[in-house]
Amino acid sequence: MTTRIVIVGGGSGGTITANRLVEELDAEVSADEVEVTIVTDDPNHVYKPLFLYVPFGETELSQTSRPLVDLVDHRVNLVYERVTEIDTDGKSVATGAGSEMDYDYLVVATGAIPQPEETPGLGEDGPGHHFYGPEAAADLRDALADFDEGHLVLSVIGTPHVCPAAPVEFPMIAEEWFRERGVREDIEITYTYPIQRLHGVRPTAEWMVPRFEDRGIDSETFFNVESVEDGTIETLEGKELDFDLLVGVPEFTASPLIQEAGLGEEWMEVDRHTLESDHAEDVYGIGDVTNIPTSKAGSVAHYASGTLVSRIASEVRGHQPTATFDGKTICFIEAGTEEGTFIEFAYDREPVVRDENRFLHWSKLGYNEAYWLTARGVM
Amino acid sequence: MSDTDIQADETVDARGAACPGPLMDLIGKIKDVEAGTVVELLTGDEGSKNDVPEWVEEANHELLDIVDEGDYYAIYVKKT
Repeated sequence: MTTRIVIVGGGSGGTITANRLVEELDAEVSADEVEVTIVTDDPNHVYKPLFLYVPFGETELSQTSRPLVDLVDHRVNLVYERVTEIDTDGKSVATGAGSEMDYDYLVVATGAIPQPEETPGLGEDGPGHHFYGPEAAADLRDALADFDEGHLVLSVIGTPHVCPAAPVEFPMIAEEWFRERGVREDIEITYTYPIQRLHGVRPTAEWMVPRFEDRGIDSETFFNVESVEDGTIETLEGKELDFDLLVGVPEFTASPLIQEAGLGEEWMEVDRHTLESDHAEDVYGIGDVTNIPTSKAGSVAHYASGTLVSRIASEVRGHQPTATFDGKTICFIEAGTEEGTFIEFAYDREPVVRDENRFLHWSKLGYNEAYWLTARGVM
Repeated sequence: MSDTDIQADETVDARGAACPGPLMDLIGKIKDVEAGTVVELLTGDEGSKNDVPEWVEEANHELLDIVDEGDYYAIYVKKT
């Protein structure tokens, strides 16, 4: 009898897991004892961190995605349909196209979905911009191209949000980019954050303070945006801030599938070490969709996939799974257009942020190309 | 066991939350609830004992109690 592993979602978590599963279970897959299927409604795999570079003309949208079929092992089945129901009692998933697939093991990798329409100041009617999607990033590129004087505000509005580094990077890149264009003296830059320091990760916040001072980037803390009207932000704390160009970090949410399937109130509730669902047997979560207490970042999905693949392979072979996930997370941080650094941390380990340098900036640019090997499960 | 008589309307379990952290989870919940709602934040982060009262004062909400539950704290905040 064939063991069926179904993965819902073709982003980083789903793709890396699929590739590593067929590699780990090579003999079983070749003997048709194990079948790995990705179900996703998007035939393209998007590398979202590249959206940060689009507003500055450093990356074209065409570089941010590749056909999923080019990234997965040929032994992975691809079904391009939208999953509309997960039945954890009957162990099956149903799609909007009418397919029903039974599973023995289910991996949920549906990600975090930006909600600009639910975020004050953003969305169709709001004046604000963001860079968490292709059209939004391109719109911001056009707005920045015309912006040569006034007040740029980068505001972290939504929490939790994906990629904890991006809001730090954006004002620092913008600051240097404006200098390169000779308009820095006519532009004021302010960064806002909801809590009393500049970042949720304490060492990152401490790293930011002198660097923002050196670059003349103003900051506002305890700044929770309540409304945005006529070029003014108002906060829950009663503050007001005027802007000419607003770039906001939107709210994010999980797919409604999670709540409908009883897998969590909003985010998928899993054991932080085994990644097994708190609510259903033989169901695992990976990546941004889960409630594990670390950043919503591709590196988390990358490292967690090792644990997930090992545990599922052990189950398939009838062994006791022993691999556990320690919460390892790595984020590069661009400190401008020429230098960068990175942070590495885990559930019980805070990061040390080293001084930025050119090598790490080029490492990040290099990794942006090498990412496609990560998606393939090669590195 | 808890030694407070406060009845929470909503609970935010942020034990183990590292990034963005318990205070961000609390703020997210406070944004969503009606005025008068009592929110209980469960946090294992020592920093929350200072961070949360500081924000509650800044945002003009009401800090009802901080209860040491042994390996975590229960912090009660009323939205004004």
